[in-house]
Amino acid sequence: MSTAEILGNREYKYGWVTDIESETIPRGLSEDTVRLISAKKDEPEWMLEFRLKAYRNWLTMKEPRKWPNIEYPEVDFQDMIYYSAPKQKATKASLDEVDPELLRTFEKLGIPLSEQKQLAGVAVDAVFDSVSVATTYKEKLRKVGVIFCSFSEAVREHPEIVRKYLGSVVPTNDNFYAALNSAVFSDGSFCFIPKGVRCPMELSTYFRINNSESGQFERTLIVAEESAYVSYLEGCTAPKFDRNQLHAAVVELVALDDAEIKYSTVQNWYAGDEDGKGGIYNFVTKRGKCAGRNSKISWTQVETGSAITWKYPSCILLGDNSIGEFYSVALTNHAQEADTGTKMIHLGKNTRSTIVSKGIAAGRANNSYRGLVKIMPKAENARNYTQCDSMLIGSNCSANTFPYIEVMNNTSRVEHEASTSKISEEQLFYLMQRGISQEDAVSLIINGFCKDVFLQLPMEFAVEATRLLGLKLEGAVG
Amino acid sequence: MLEIRNLHASVDGNEILKGINLTINKGEVHAIMGPNGSGKSTLAKVLAGHPSYEVTGGEVLYYGKNLLDMSPDERAREGVFMAFQYPVEVPGVSNAQFLRLAYNEKQKHLGQEELDPLEFKDLLKEKAALVEMDASFMTRSVNEGFSGGEKKRNEILQMAVLDPKLSVLDETDSGLDIDALRIVAGGVNKLHDPEKAVIVVTHYQRLLNYIVPDFVHVLSAGRIVKEGGKELALELEERGYDWLKNGANKHTAAPVAS
Amino acid sequence: MVTELANEKSAYSSALRDLMKVSGEPSWLRELRGSSFDQFERVGFPGVEQEEWKYTNVALIKRTNFTPVVNSNGTALSKRNGLAPFIYDETRDSTFVFVNGIFRDDLSSCNGLSGVVALDLNDALQISEYERVIRASLERNADGDNNGFELLNTALFAGGLFVKIPRGVNLSTPIQLQFVSEPVKGESPAAAFPRVLIVGEENSAATIIESYRATAEGVYLTNAIVDIVLDEGARFQHYKVQRESAGASHIATTRADLGPKASYDTTTINFGAALSRHDIHVTMDHEGASCSVDGLYMVEGSQHTDTHSVIDHRQPHCTSRQLYKGILDGKSRAVFNGKVFVRHGAQQTDAQQTNKNLLLSSEAQIDTKPQLEIYADDVKCTHGAAVGQLEPDELFYLESRGINPALAKNMLTYGFAGEVIEKIQIESIRRELDEAVLNRLHSDLTIDV
Repeated sequence: MSTAEILGNREYKYGWVTDIESETIPRGLSEDTVRLISAKKDEPEWMLEFRLKAYRNWLTMKEPRKWPNIEYPEVDFQDMIYYSAPKQKATKASLDEVDPELLRTFEKLGIPLSEQKQLAGVAVDAVFDSVSVATTYKEKLRKVGVIFCSFSEAVREHPEIVRKYLGSVVPTNDNFYAALNSAVFSDGSFCFIPKGVRCPMELSTYFRINNSESGQFERTLIVAEESAYVSYLEGCTAPKFDRNQLHAAVVELVALDDAEIKYSTVQNWYAGDEDGKGGIYNFVTKRGKCAGRNSKISWTQVETGSAITWKYPSCILLGDNSIGEFYSVALTNHAQEADTGTKMIHLGKNTRSTIVSKGIAAGRANNSYRGLVKIMPKAENARNYTQCDSMLIGSNCSANTFPYIEVMNNTSRVEHEASTSKISEEQLFYLMQRGISQEDAVSLIINGFCKDVFLQLPMEFAVEATRLLGLKLEGAVG
Repeated sequence: MLEIRNLHASVDGNEILKGINLTINKGEVHAIMGPNGSGKSTLAKVLAGHPSYEVTGGEVLYYGKNLLDMSPDERAREGVFMAFQYPVEVPGVSNAQFLRLAYNEKQKHLGQEELDPLEFKDLLKEKAALVEMDASFMTRSVNEGFSGGEKKRNEILQMAVLDPKLSVLDETDSGLDIDALRIVAGGVNKLHDPEKAVIVVTHYQRLLNYIVPDFVHVLSAGRIVKEGGKELALELEERGYDWLKNGANKHTAAPVAS
Repeated sequence: MVTELANEKSAYSSALRDLMKVSGEPSWLRELRGSSFDQFERVGFPGVEQEEWKYTNVALIKRTNFTPVVNSNGTALSKRNGLAPFIYDETRDSTFVFVNGIFRDDLSSCNGLSGVVALDLNDALQISEYERVIRASLERNADGDNNGFELLNTALFAGGLFVKIPRGVNLSTPIQLQFVSEPVKGESPAAAFPRVLIVGEENSAATIIESYRATAEGVYLTNAIVDIVLDEGARFQHYKVQRESAGASHIATTRADLGPKASYDTTTINFGAALSRHDIHVTMDHEGASCSVDGLYMVEGSQHTDTHSVIDHRQPHCTSRQLYKGILDGKSRAVFNGKVFVRHGAQQTDAQQTNKNLLLSSEAQIDTKPQLEIYADDVKCTHGAAVGQLEPDELFYLESRGINPALAKNMLTYGFAGEVIEKIQIESIRRELDEAVLNRLHSDLTIDV
């Protein structure tokens, strides 16, 4: 069995559909759709205005269908459903009122929501199609002042905070998909960590697309006030459908003076079949602003799913001494395409950024790192270090590296290194000579290749990520 | 234990082994010597199942089973161990992680108890003492950044952990200074017992001062051209390999006029 | 704006009309000139909205009313007068001179070259043996991949040069191609369109020095294309030394196609011109080829320099090395865009690329974009880019040994450039660069320290 075949045999475990009655709005997009979504959510006027402004912007923008290394067929925005929610009571006093079918769905995904079974140390917001169905440990968090709830609830309960920060990092006219999201976003998570609070548990959101015809447009906003700290995780899966589905999320992070936000993603949307049929178009805008002095934002992502991933979690390093980090593993197989990387915009003095990217391409997949490091004139003593490594498995895939380095300050220092490697026959033989099967040997080598990134993940996620790459290490999983 | 019959093997279409016959019994230490290019390392790699070498004839029986039918990892789990001349680096994978995986694979195969990380750590500590290795090596990536001597010691440590029945040491002495040589050889000797066999592949007699062979086989151009006891190695050291090339007399340790 | 555009077009199109009147050109060439010009009129000069021109704005070239030079009338340069300082010691008897882009047999000296074919491109076209290879060079990318400058060169070149090093000839004397700009009396700024094709036959070996200078300061445009075709086992070294005048725009394309086991080592020096852009494209479409593509750019004031290189590994077992270094002072800006392609099936490729930049002033700007695109798995590819300034520790070390800070800075900068300069095998060029680097740095000392 070749190394590529070993990877090819990984099965997508999350491809099933939950049979549940949903309330959906008619397909198509117009100003009325935007108003309808807003009305469904009983939103205040300013929220509707925000959406309409974004919608009007979106109408004037062009869909960037031909990205330098990726081309995809036209998305028919009128043939999509923009709101789909499982039928249930609008507000739930407790988890007991959540449809048991939904609870079973998340339990099957490894995210038990019921009080008895909840994951220790991790608060979960579970999003099913367009709405959040449950958030665990809310009260426990509330006691220390941390707000963790669905975005819809935040708009209702904490309008002053949402209004202050929504769109402050990713403006509604930032790009085509961000504009679309700003117009039609349905739900997502909201985290607010007040001044001086170190969030006592990991916060996480689990996104599940269930409806075959809906797009998912979630919105996440995380605000860490002065000296606050939070570690946030997101995971996502979707059933196997033959048609492509659009996922266009926007994530905004704001870190004030001395605050730190650690944002981890394990992305496992359905990738399409071996021939590239079906799968999610994962076009998301993620950006963090290190607004305060000594603030820090760290992105870690493990991207294994989606037919096409187009994603550049970025940091605007505005505060002096602020730090931006980006750690990424992107695994593409079969006909998958990933064009992912980051932007580090250095504005403040003594700002530092680190980029570590590991791309693995197998099958006929295309895997590109694209990143921008920009040092603005006032970013005295800015530093960046970038390392991009690619691994190619088989001779029909490709791995590309496109770093953009723009430096306008002569006290700064920027270093970029990239390399390409493969799993050598000698390495495989060596491991096999010690009694390790070929499959495990491949996994071991890939895991070693990604180690610098996995080390950044919280424990539970590191295990998940390792397993996702088809690894059976240390008997940690199954 | 091991029966090699008329073994032929080639790499990239060039025949390297041209009919090797060799019998190895439990408790024995065999040395395979020979000049560069004689095929001695090829023999080691063929026994371990290296994919670049194609067996074109003959057979190898290991405890009566056809060794050549087994994949490299099966051979390893059945107790065949090769210490590499050039141990391979595996970035990002720690020695401990790698060794525990290998150890547990073997245990599973033998229907014996697997060890959790803590239990394994104790085992590793005990074995590491054999080759005088520091505990800090365990958390470092496999062979990455190791000196030549450290790599070779690491090979013997792996041998100690995996407890093979048949060990093939491929030029384990190359690149070792005298102290490291003594440590490595001491480790091999301590691991040896009447149930096991060792094949030492080497160019020089030096290592055989420490690991004393019961039999010495001299390879030249893909064939065994001379066999004898440990004294043959000393003779080779003194006279070089050239005298064997000119119509060497097989099956005798007596000096041959050149 | 509309008038400017009309003027610009009329100057270029009237030049085309003049060239069409020249007798003796093959009909395919006339057609090619015509179609290239039509294409140019459609696409125009490249704009910053194009990815490959994102950091380099050529609006000034677009706005200037250049007069294309299509014949050698109105120049006064002679061998004795003004040319000598441009010729290297090593190439006294092996220099081909171009004035405003037009090859001048009368100013060239090729006594030192035997066994080499060197002909005016028009004369070479009359020889059927050469016509095929020249045509292939002129028609390259004619289906639409050429940018506006390349199209304009193909439409308007006049009096180019064809050089052939025959099979097995190992040329010990380097060949210099000296491009001189000389103001034409009474004309608006000149636009020169040098065009050269160099063919290295099987197992030939040669060194080519391509050098750009001006007789006087002034505004002009050089828009050059140099093609190099190497057959099996040919070994060429190629130096390009660009020291155009401070008001000049220098746009150049170098394209090298390497045959089996051919080797091509090139070093490009960019010191001159207000605006310079160099596209260098090395294609390895045969097994066993190797290249090293090095460069040094040193800019100051408001100079802008842009290097776009493509190293294209199309077949297995090819090797490439690239080292580009940049020194930026004043308000200058430099762009480095280096692509390394490893095509499907190009196994055993070994490619290394490095771009390092030294920013000496607070207003200089560098945009660097080293890129790898890899479609084969059994390859060894690395690239790196760095931007920084002089190491304070190193400066301090030198100062602690009694060297004054200005000189210490100077020495370290010189050391930075040294990595590229010391690999150059023509002593005169090395000496010239040593002086240029030291002099330029020296003049800066007063400003910077």
